[in-house]
Amino acid sequence: MNIPSLAWHSLWHRRATAGLVVLSIALSVVLLLGVERIRAQARASFAGTLSGTDLIVGARGSAVNLLLYSVFRIGDATNGVSWASHLALRQRPEVAWTVPLSLGDSHRGFPVLGTDRGYFEHYRHAGGQRLEFAAGGVFDDRFEAVLGAEVARRLGYRPGDRLTLAHGAGRVSFMRHADKPFVVRGILAPTATPVDRTVHVSLAGLEAVHEGWPAGRGARHGPEAHGEHAKHAAVTAILVGLREQVQVLHLQRAINEFEHEALLAILPSLTMQQLWDLLAVGENLLLAVGVLVVVCGGLATATALLTGLNERRREMAILRALGASPRAIFGLVLGEALLLTVGGMLVGVLLLQALLLGALPLLADRVGFAIPAWPPSPREAWLLVGVCGAGLCAGLVPAVRVYRQSLADGMTIRL
Amino acid sequence: MWRELEPMTTAVDTDRRMVARSADGDVPTASPAVLIEGLRFRWRREQPWVLDLPHFELARGERLFLAGSSGSGKTSLLSMITGIARPACGTLRVLGTPLDTLRGAARDRFRADHFGIVFQLFNLLPYLSVLDNVLLGCRFSPSRTAAATARGGSPAAEATRLLARLGLAEPGLHRRPATELSVGQQQRVAAARALIGSPPIVIADEPTSALDGARRLEFLALLLEEVGQAGSALLFVSHDRALARDFDREVCLDGAESA
Repeated sequence: MNIPSLAWHSLWHRRATAGLVVLSIALSVVLLLGVERIRAQARASFAGTLSGTDLIVGARGSAVNLLLYSVFRIGDATNGVSWASHLALRQRPEVAWTVPLSLGDSHRGFPVLGTDRGYFEHYRHAGGQRLEFAAGGVFDDRFEAVLGAEVARRLGYRPGDRLTLAHGAGRVSFMRHADKPFVVRGILAPTATPVDRTVHVSLAGLEAVHEGWPAGRGARHGPEAHGEHAKHAAVTAILVGLREQVQVLHLQRAINEFEHEALLAILPSLTMQQLWDLLAVGENLLLAVGVLVVVCGGLATATALLTGLNERRREMAILRALGASPRAIFGLVLGEALLLTVGGMLVGVLLLQALLLGALPLLADRVGFAIPAWPPSPREAWLLVGVCGAGLCAGLVPAVRVYRQSLADGMTIRL
Repeated sequence: MWRELEPMTTAVDTDRRMVARSADGDVPTASPAVLIEGLRFRWRREQPWVLDLPHFELARGERLFLAGSSGSGKTSLLSMITGIARPACGTLRVLGTPLDTLRGAARDRFRADHFGIVFQLFNLLPYLSVLDNVLLGCRFSPSRTAAATARGGSPAAEATRLLARLGLAEPGLHRRPATELSVGQQQRVAAARALIGSPPIVIADEPTSALDGARRLEFLALLLEEVGQAGSALLFVSHDRALARDFDREVCLDGAESA
């Protein structure tokens, strides 16, 4: 019966209290690791909002602002990019493709994006994944729309349903283009990006709404309606893909110095990083809450061990009489704290896995937000080491006290 | 303060002690189990002496009855003999080893190896079974584990044997939590724990005071018999002088009583 086994028996004897302590540590571990996993996933998801695009071009202004409105549909552009500039850009030899984006309208609170068919080909998210269709396909006609997953789910649209657009980005808009209904042509699979909340229509369709093109009359069908050579008004921003990535800085400078129009080109990943750094306060706050909860778990351990100590003075005296050194008794109490902590950590990790496995299909299905259940990241391993350290610190207080007690009491037993 | 009562040692007892002494091979010189000269002790510097002991001796294999009312320094004496407290002055040798020169951890190991201790009450750890409580007696001492193994085949077998000898052979009892036993049974488990691995010195600190008359004598008889079997010296502390007649010698710590 060495010290660890004694610690185990002692805890088992007080299993009701010990169980509660283990549970409180487990819950704190669930919270800490859960927060960390959601934080890491949010970061990855954020960074994966847009990939495969080398430059985003918009009217000159703030880089973060351009990213916010072109990718996250937050805020408005003060100026657009003329179609002539877009064509000039597209004709540059280093440019492989461009996708024009035209924003500013909404449908029942969801932003409407005017673009071309290249969008569905070139837009990449989560490290290079293409947009997938859950139903239907890309718009062909100018009065056809492709809905993001959340738009379709929240508004209950299915392919073939009709919808009307409203001018302005508000949820309630008085100016409705009611005479120009769009037909839902396709619905995208969830991506956990702002694409899910976007109504996609063709540039031509969007312009028709604004120009008062009568629906069903004179509407030209076929690719020429939104083809390469169609004439369009200004667009809000342009996604640009290059033939050779090494040319990106060169092209960025060329665009920023474009003589006919004041333009701004940004590297999406770089600006995304800047934006995330702005949000890091919230990230750290989340982690701080997790750490505080772990401290509470440690306090619960210390409390549980300290309250038992007076009743256990006799036990310590017996152990001393049997030849246990004060150090061994110190180790006994510290071992109990360690067992409680490790037990709590194991239960916590298992509980988190169970929660994630239970919630995973739901999350992936509803929001496309996948939290991998396994393996834990190195950062999580360090957090667990920290929890272990906190448990040891919590055990140190009662252990030192029992060490002193056993030195002072010796074999004399206080009843 | 100190008086040695008339020794009740008979010639037979002396012979038995001699046998026990020579049987202990690791200390060839016949050093007594406990030898104390000019020992004084107080718990704090500013307090009066609680113990002033010019001479005390416990021979190997001897059964000594130590009497004294509360406050006579019995607890202090036991603390020093077992190496938990240190005397302020004087010499203290246990089995020839000057105990006060050993460092803390060495004293703890010495206690684990050479002493079996029975307290007045609540001797057992509540969270261990009866058997594990007995085995605790040799957990901190490899030499006692070896001795128990040599005698019973394994420590567990030796513990079972001792429990049976002390009248606790009932099957299923050994696995039960120690706290479910009666006080008398608990004291016998404690005796088994003190005796396992045959330590050279068994100290019993008022082990019978919680028992009623008949149980008291029964327990004492069992303890004396098993101590004799193990060849251990027994230092039996009690204020119940009626129990003293079965001992080799009686020593009184209480000055007032000796007057």
